[in-house]
Amino acid sequence: MNIKQSIRYDSERSNEFTKEVMARPGGEMIQACIQCGTCSGVCPMSNYMDRTPRQIIYMAREGFGDEVLRSRTIWMCTSCYACTVECPRGIKITDVMYALKRMAMERGTYPQRFPTSTMARDFFNMVRKNGRINESRLGFLVFLKTNWMRLLTSAGLGLDLIKTGRFSLKQEQIKSKNELNSILSGNGRPE
Amino acid sequence: MQYSYYPGCSLKGSGRAYEESVLAVFDHLGIELKEIDDWNCCGATAYMSVDERRSFALAARNLAISERDMPESPMVVPCSGCYVTLNKTCHVVKDYPAIKDDVTKALDRAGLKWKNQVPVRHPLDVLMQDVGLDRIKEAVVKPLKGLKIAPYYGCQIVRPYAEFDHQIHPTSMDRMFEALGATVVHYPLKTKCCGGSMTGTAPEVGLRLVYLLLKEAAKREADLMATVCPLCQFNLDAFAKEAARAYGPVNMPVIYFTQLLGLAMGLSEEKLGLQRNIISAKNALKGAAAAAAR
Repeated sequence: MNIKQSIRYDSERSNEFTKEVMARPGGEMIQACIQCGTCSGVCPMSNYMDRTPRQIIYMAREGFGDEVLRSRTIWMCTSCYACTVECPRGIKITDVMYALKRMAMERGTYPQRFPTSTMARDFFNMVRKNGRINESRLGFLVFLKTNWMRLLTSAGLGLDLIKTGRFSLKQEQIKSKNELNSILSGNGRPE
Repeated sequence: MQYSYYPGCSLKGSGRAYEESVLAVFDHLGIELKEIDDWNCCGATAYMSVDERRSFALAARNLAISERDMPESPMVVPCSGCYVTLNKTCHVVKDYPAIKDDVTKALDRAGLKWKNQVPVRHPLDVLMQDVGLDRIKEAVVKPLKGLKIAPYYGCQIVRPYAEFDHQIHPTSMDRMFEALGATVVHYPLKTKCCGGSMTGTAPEVGLRLVYLLLKEAAKREADLMATVCPLCQFNLDAFAKEAARAYGPVNMPVIYFTQLLGLAMGLSEEKLGLQRNIISAKNALKGAAAAAAR
């Protein structure tokens, strides 16, 4: 019989992880959480999460880094800020979710073809190159990489958008690309 | 008073009816909106995929250009996504000196200075606070009598930063539509999220949220829904057919609040971009007008 450990020993938790979350903007207050569950109650995406926002905050502050970063929850957050404005302890939960998404991407602990993270990267690359986003192209790219079947099922949508003059493949560009490059280069982490 | 205007990518793309109606309404009211020179993407979703400090610098470039060219003018931002991202940048550099330092350095490399003195404002805020309902009422020539509207605010116009209205139960649009002669239906989902980009990335979730929002408006017997955000409009209009196929029939037109305002001011449907709706609002508008005439 292959017996797997299902509960962590205290020594297996990572204080470093907790400290890192707390060092990021918005993460400072996670220790103040009283586990009331208001965040989970007001979250429109709770139904689709593998762990509720309340659980994520608890696990983050107790140092369960791997579990938190592998959770689907952080990718289901649409940043509607309902939890943030309702939290009785003033925890910026949406910003914590953003911080966790970035930590997951930095460490590569997210499903490579998960559409949300794919979109985030394609979005950034498009901005980096052109300064602006073309939604039609971005949508096409994300469907192609993550769920190409949807390109077929969305043909009707494409036609509707063309008919109403809302579809365009023309890539808008900004003029001062040097300015943009200077802003995005420099002392940040390598991409 | 002159305002600087940040359209963002959606208002030049799938949300162009929003830009058309915002510009038409402001022009009609005699308020100048001057588009920011060579603006770039606000950084919205990129925020989570790059060094966050650089993404704040991306947003700050727009604020710096606005401040340089129009130092006295608040910045009008119709897209809720841009609105929250630009506002967040203003707040974060105040709260975190290290981020301010980074943003300042990044802008400096591009030869830009930014003192963080440009207020970022939504057109709904400007219309309600600066223009005011009295002036709006004076401009009404075709009251929206008989039209039942579900006011849908979505999330990021009121959360987390908006100071001009309540974060969960806003009423700005409600009051505006009543001033235009319309009937506002009780719409308890007014600040529930539309799912954002989930319609694309996780359709089983996004389409469900779209369906719930449309269905609720129908249940409340609204003729149409009004929105303040290009992404909400896109989700609720462009994905309505797919949502209906998945969860059940629903036919609810969703248009921009500025289109309703423009109609009441007597501007043409064409000028306000109403022909760009996939689920057309024309029958709903005609039906309400006919009912009011009876």
